[in-house]
Amino acid sequence: MAIWFARSRNLVSSLRHNLCTSTILIKRDYSHRPVLTTSHQLPSTVFSSPFVASLLRHESTAVEKQPDELVLHSDDQEEALQELDFPGGKVGYTSEMKFIPESSSRRVPCYRVLDEDGRIIPDNDFVPVKEKLAVRMYEQMATLQVMDHIFYEAQRQGRISFYLTSVGEEAINIASAAALSPDDIVLPQYREPGVLLWRGFTLEEFANQCFGNKADYGKGRQMPIHYGSNRLNYFTISSPIATQLPQAAGVGYSLKMEKKNACAVTFIGDGGTSEGDFHAGLNFAAVMEAPVVFICRNNGWAISTHISEQFRSDGIVVKGQAYGIRSIRVDGNDALAVYSAVRSAREMAVTEQRPVLIEAMTYRVGHHSTSDDSTKYRAADEIQYWKMSRNPVNRFRKWVEDNGWWSEEDESKLRSNARKQLLQAIQAAEKWEKQPLTELFNDVYDVKPKNLEEQELGLKELVEKQPQEYPPGFHV
Amino acid sequence: MAALLGRSCRRFGFLSSGHGARSVSTETGKSLNLYSAINQALHIALDSDPRSYVFGEDVGFGGVFRCTTGLAERFGKNRVFNTPLCEQGIVGFGIGLAAMGNRAIVEIQFADYIYPAFDQIVNEAAKFRYRSGNQFNCGGLTIRAPYGAVGHGGHYHSQSPEAFFCHVPGIKVVIPRSPREAKGLLLSSIRDPNPVVFFEPKWLYRQAVEEVPEHDYMIPLSEAEVIREGNDITLVGWGAQLTIMEQACLDAEKEGISCELIDLKTLLPWDKETVEASVKKTGRLLISHEAPITGGFGAEISATILERCFLKLEAPVSRVCGLDTPFPLVFEPFYMPTKNKILDAIKSTVNY
Ligand SMILES: Cc1ncc(C[n+]2csc(CCOP(=O)(O)OP(=O)(O)O)c2C)c(N)n1
Ligand SMILES: [Mg+2]
Repeated sequence: MAIWFARSRNLVSSLRHNLCTSTILIKRDYSHRPVLTTSHQLPSTVFSSPFVASLLRHESTAVEKQPDELVLHSDDQEEALQELDFPGGKVGYTSEMKFIPESSSRRVPCYRVLDEDGRIIPDNDFVPVKEKLAVRMYEQMATLQVMDHIFYEAQRQGRISFYLTSVGEEAINIASAAALSPDDIVLPQYREPGVLLWRGFTLEEFANQCFGNKADYGKGRQMPIHYGSNRLNYFTISSPIATQLPQAAGVGYSLKMEKKNACAVTFIGDGGTSEGDFHAGLNFAAVMEAPVVFICRNNGWAISTHISEQFRSDGIVVKGQAYGIRSIRVDGNDALAVYSAVRSAREMAVTEQRPVLIEAMTYRVGHHSTSDDSTKYRAADEIQYWKMSRNPVNRFRKWVEDNGWWSEEDESKLRSNARKQLLQAIQAAEKWEKQPLTELFNDVYDVKPKNLEEQELGLKELVEKQPQEYPPGFHV
Repeated sequence: MAALLGRSCRRFGFLSSGHGARSVSTETGKSLNLYSAINQALHIALDSDPRSYVFGEDVGFGGVFRCTTGLAERFGKNRVFNTPLCEQGIVGFGIGLAAMGNRAIVEIQFADYIYPAFDQIVNEAAKFRYRSGNQFNCGGLTIRAPYGAVGHGGHYHSQSPEAFFCHVPGIKVVIPRSPREAKGLLLSSIRDPNPVVFFEPKWLYRQAVEEVPEHDYMIPLSEAEVIREGNDITLVGWGAQLTIMEQACLDAEKEGISCELIDLKTLLPWDKETVEASVKKTGRLLISHEAPITGGFGAEISATILERCFLKLEAPVSRVCGLDTPFPLVFEPFYMPTKNKILDAIKSTVNY
């Protein structure tokens, strides 16, 4: 017992020591002491309403100072009377029996920069975007729209077996990508092809994956839209939801150990936050102090499941604090807000070696996928509202146009070029042959084990014997 | 993903429920496809037991394969509901409900996504009774999950994970081959006093249509059925694969080989006697499943029959199964245990 207490006391004093050193740093960057230790130091009254602190968060990208210095200066004797000396840090006592409420009376506000008409809201705190960057962002958002439209149609025509659009989420896709460094490692869910587009994945490369042809990096093994690019630091998409989150913590930890000037960035939907892996990912990143930016696209729906059936918290943003992770809620249909928040989060993650959580409020305007008909479970006017009044691409376009950086002529040129390029890409992708049959057996392991060698041999014999039984276009 | 099935399939036909289903009355019913038969079974289950519940991801609006259509409207949102996207939660919640004496009929959207619930199934559901000395049980739990290939499902909408669950004492594993079978076996699974994993061949959801009696009936678990009689070789399979095997039997017949085809229906605990009796008659055995051959349930059947019929066997047991690779999208036609692969194996086993 004695040892136990001594240990915990030492831990507290070492935490204190760390706090002091980090306090000095605070003045220079917008850091403050680790959230974990501060909450243990809070006086009970503050501790019982932590929501106040989170409500204050959004006035700037800087993390709010919390009123914990008060406790730091109280003398030891008094503290001993008022605090529970607990492993990991002292906890203040209170004689008031008060439960922390299930939510704060006010919902966490949503950080935005542009109003609905694409005008910058005065006195706003954001990272400026210059003409060249802004135009490129707009171009990519529009290209993503064209790509979605054409691939969706190709699926309807039966040319590809499946597709899934990002309609309504173009700003999150492109603005988050624009805010990252190309060295940041992206672990996507599946509704973020814009990140790959931004990084230089060509329309041909997208088409090759969807057609599963010989040029597809995934060698035709996965369903359409399961892109991946080692060259572009974009992990290959896997359909199982949320599995990428704990992996992102591991990726971030590796970057940390190698002292890289980069972080892991992982995307997840609102539905995905219900999986156990969401908890694992956030908790690991926090405990391991891994530079990871978690971006949750809260688009209101997980297939037919409305967010009210998914969680009863005030969305995702409030979950950060429970893990000791900084978080911000941002208007996901405001490209400038997304850009600013992701850039700042990335900066914090890399310079302070810590995870950050972003909840981007948006809407899945399209069906879940080509296998879904969302009119079965949601109101048409809800879709219409988000498609028209809250359209992220139109909003950003207004801002770019108001700055005189974009014209009607640029618009039609861009769209018709993108269209042409895509149609060409699809035609070419369709003509490519498939991977040779041997690729069925490669990459299961680094080298083919004996059982697979035998199976390959057996299969090739069969195909040569009865070629009519197998689809054409595969080199045996 | 429902549209997965809307597209044309390379495979055709399906194997209808035979005459042998003992509890199925001769009363003819309506023509139903497999998902509608499942839907009918769920209606009956909810109707016949007020303490039964149906839930899972997207089941409220009818499920991505339409199996739960109309249930929430009829039985209310307290008994039929969407859950958060969390398979371990779905199964764990179901275990809790079942442990309190309810029937929890849970849906995992795709068998490929059952793995987050593996711990709840293997360490919890399967051992609930045993570890408590039968003080507690969660026998009211039934886990439904669509499984198997559909032509374009790739890695994560095609898997056949039955073998993992066949390695777990304490649960039952059931796979129906047709609409009528699906209804009767599902009702038995729901009412069985043990947790059951019920895999539904999603390729057949729309494809398979047959007359399904409208009344409440059950088909016994752990009883295999000889769905085609023959003398030269015994073929054992389950679920959608039986359709392919049946076609191979027909082709073999044209070449003068008489095949006996057995639907195992329940893989755990399985009906060894029916298979044994058949192999003792034919002297040959072929097993076929979509899952990878290594460690597949075919291996278990093969070993058991070798133990029981060693002196009666005239040829080695043959297995025609999926390859030892992940399920590959464009290579699916090569990966699959096709009719021709089965026919080849039938011939070489008979001519051994
Ligand atoms: C483990 C797992 N369970 C179920 C599914 C089936 N599924 C695919 S997408 C999806 C909904 C995901 O919703 P959300 O995370 O909100 O992302 P969104 O589609 O809205 O972008 C579900 C249930 C899956 N892919 N993986
Ligand atoms: Mg969603």
